[in-house]
Amino acid sequence: MKKLVVVGNGMVGHAFLDKLVNSPAFADYAVTVFGEEPRVAYDRVYLSSYFSGKTAEDLSLVPVGFYETHGIDIRLNEKVVAIDTSAQTLTTASGVSVAYDKLVLATGSYPFVPPIPGNDRDACLVYRTIEDLEAMKAAATRSKIGVVVGGGLLGLEAAKALVDLGLQTHVVEFAPRLMPVQLDNGGASMLRRKIEKLGVQIHTNKGTKVIEDGETARHKMVFADGESLETDFILFSAGIRPRDELAKQSGIAMGARGGIVINDQCQTSAANVYAIGECALHGGMIYGLVAPGYAMAQVVVDQLNHKPASFTGADMSTKLKLMGVDVASIGDPHGSDEAAKSYIYENGPQEVYKKLVVSSDGKKLLGAVLVGDVDDYGNLLQLKLNNMDLPEHPDDLILPTRSGTKPSFGPDALPDTAQLCSCYDVSKGKIVEAIEAGATCLADVKSTTKACTGCGGCTQLVTSVVNSELAKRGVEVSKAICEHFPYSRQELYHLVKIEGYQDFASLLNAHGEGHGCDVCKPAVASILGSVWNAYAFDRKNIPLQDTNDRYLGNMQKDGTYSIIPRVPGGEITPDKLIVLGQVAKDYQLYTKINGGQRIVLFGAKLPDMPTIWQRLIDAGFESGQAYAKALRTVKSCVGSTWCRYGLLDSVKLAIDVENRYKGVRAPHKIKMGVSGCTRECAEAQAKDVGIIATENGWNLYVCGNGGMKPRHADLFAVDLDEATLYKYIDRFIMFYIQTAGRLERTATWLGNLEGGIDYLRQVIIEDSLGIGAHLEMQMQALVDSYECDWKQVVDDPEKAKLFYNFVNADEKDPEQLYVRERGQLRPATAQEKLESLAIELV
Amino acid sequence: MSEWVKICAVSDLIADAGIPALVNGKAIALFYVTEQVYAVSNYDPIGQANVISRGIVGSIKGELVVASPLYKEHYSLKTGQCLEQPNAALTVYPAKINNGSVLVQTVSI
Repeated sequence: MKKLVVVGNGMVGHAFLDKLVNSPAFADYAVTVFGEEPRVAYDRVYLSSYFSGKTAEDLSLVPVGFYETHGIDIRLNEKVVAIDTSAQTLTTASGVSVAYDKLVLATGSYPFVPPIPGNDRDACLVYRTIEDLEAMKAAATRSKIGVVVGGGLLGLEAAKALVDLGLQTHVVEFAPRLMPVQLDNGGASMLRRKIEKLGVQIHTNKGTKVIEDGETARHKMVFADGESLETDFILFSAGIRPRDELAKQSGIAMGARGGIVINDQCQTSAANVYAIGECALHGGMIYGLVAPGYAMAQVVVDQLNHKPASFTGADMSTKLKLMGVDVASIGDPHGSDEAAKSYIYENGPQEVYKKLVVSSDGKKLLGAVLVGDVDDYGNLLQLKLNNMDLPEHPDDLILPTRSGTKPSFGPDALPDTAQLCSCYDVSKGKIVEAIEAGATCLADVKSTTKACTGCGGCTQLVTSVVNSELAKRGVEVSKAICEHFPYSRQELYHLVKIEGYQDFASLLNAHGEGHGCDVCKPAVASILGSVWNAYAFDRKNIPLQDTNDRYLGNMQKDGTYSIIPRVPGGEITPDKLIVLGQVAKDYQLYTKINGGQRIVLFGAKLPDMPTIWQRLIDAGFESGQAYAKALRTVKSCVGSTWCRYGLLDSVKLAIDVENRYKGVRAPHKIKMGVSGCTRECAEAQAKDVGIIATENGWNLYVCGNGGMKPRHADLFAVDLDEATLYKYIDRFIMFYIQTAGRLERTATWLGNLEGGIDYLRQVIIEDSLGIGAHLEMQMQALVDSYECDWKQVVDDPEKAKLFYNFVNADEKDPEQLYVRERGQLRPATAQEKLESLAIELV
Repeated sequence: MSEWVKICAVSDLIADAGIPALVNGKAIALFYVTEQVYAVSNYDPIGQANVISRGIVGSIKGELVVASPLYKEHYSLKTGQCLEQPNAALTVYPAKINNGSVLVQTVSI
């Protein structure tokens, strides 16, 4: 095997490995990776989220076990100090020497600190690594005021970090406007206005001359114009410089102002040595964005696979959210070409600014700036990247849609080479390939191509391409739930609600055909439950229910049921524990603690169920709805009442939340968790709704999942008080109930939701659809009409008497036979029944 | 000889759903669909438990079926044949309604 060595384990270094292991050439190489940092690659783009609740693990880009599984030798905390390009060996700081056949340099960049006297004083920091973040956190505890030097993209991202750390934040920029490279004056002043509203003070046209002792704060920054600013904490974010010292010492060619020179194949001046990412200088440019770095990684992987490939420069268009403000820049927004013409739309009250720069003949888009509303980004970017012709009146592209219909080109107009997802370099052609290979929905395409899974900005565009391609292949993107209704679950929900159907038969008469089936009937039962809180055990609803809902228990493999009383938040008194034990003993039930902090009694026979529940209800228990598509449990840690680390009372909140949402019927089960601090003992980030205490309130996470397809929940909102927390959860669950597909958990639902988590935030937090109050009202109605399912059965002899083994005989089920194991009974296997090893219960 | 045995009253049946009964020591399931009664064995040959009566009744391409509540295979109510697995089937028993009573013919039971 040949030896491949990668120096650097940042975003681009890891992307290279991720692409390599998925290609045939991986089999030809033994791979060694050196990383100078103490941890594997993590997401530097979202670094500031470390201060709004994400942990170093959350930011990691490397799936657990990635290097081990693939047999990659990864050496962290090990800096490479020399390369001998003729012998093809390299040496590390600890003296280890390694030979290579191919070498990839992905050493990245470092933050540029302007040569200002005093720049090395206490609490003068930079912002690049997790260690930097920890240093910032420590410095912030001793500071009130913080200054970011640099008003570019990174600087504003860093400013958000200072705001999150609770500092009075200032941004000092040398140029006359914010984001001087990406924005024009109009866009920059709109951005400034919006950011200043958030309490951040902006100082432009300010060159810092010296940093010295302050009078009211730790430092005083003295500016060239004679003014000064007092601050406790200074963060330099004034651009990046390539980490090229290793290559330089090794005699590899450098650019005049630094950077490892590469050609279109990403080859350096030394044989068999490549450079990719921010350390590489291509055509006189250092690309400080992640997408071009990923593209370079792909070029090298292609060559290792003997495929021709070249990097010919990258588009520097960006769309991002800076401190909650949407900003986008495409192409050349300054109109450097003198003949270029421009169109500007500015909406003062709504703080929206848009500018188009077009060629002198008005046919092609040269650049654009969008601030405050970036919905047009996808459209405009494709026009620019594919050099497509503009419509007759280009300004229609940025005017609000209320003034008529916006000209848009369908997904079919895009060439196959059009790059839709820049994070993972997914072209339209690749999406078409995935569909050819059998993908039948957006979720399939996302998992095979990784499109939409980076920043998520391309979701809308990818969805339209996927739908159009599926339609072309005659795969009618059928939303029909089954052969009996030509409607999706969401449409059925609206039909039930708007036309007021109270039962399955009338809905089927009006909108369906046949007798229904085991797909549509339970779906409609769940909808009736969500809309009317229709009691599951109403006789007319019996035929609709899965057996679990019909008999209010989870059927086990032998036809008996489990009994799971609700134990809100997992808190249970000794007296109640004794009752559970006594009931289990009396009915010879197998007992186990399940994954949701509840106690399950297995093996209840149908005729015994009402009497078992009567005893439980008498002892103060109620149904746990473990059989229903509804809220299961709210898992909690022990919280501030006992735990030395707990910040808030997580048990009380979990109990209150569980009691509020219990019994609400949903498209699928819902699990929640509440942790009392960031140690996260309740694993709330693996739940549909997760709540974690902070020093300032509660952080809300949504759409997590454990089980078959684990998904980390998204941080949805931070530092909430309880009233706001309930408001958001009310809206979130109700919106999920109304819009999700059949048996769609929140994680899948979010994956299929156009616009993703940002759209969800708009609907739930910003109330962009104006339905917030209505959603809360609907939830309140469900909460107010809650009744325990089992109490209704035991209180009504007519209902209780439907629990029998045989309508015409009072006998045991002859198939229910048991074997004793570890002191309890379990169902006998077929073999044990044959060998007469099994016992019948008395 | 074939013999019709009275099982229960029509009012014990649940429209568009099943109930379990015991005939000569054998577990059967009675379904009541569009005022017609269907009797099949209650034993799920795949899940190996007496649970067919608790399945959901419906139609697939016009064929009346019950779905096993365990693993969701569909069985024809008229022939007992499993739609998904050719070698699995329920036993079908003749059944009728007479004077408000449900009768099952026990020849094969």
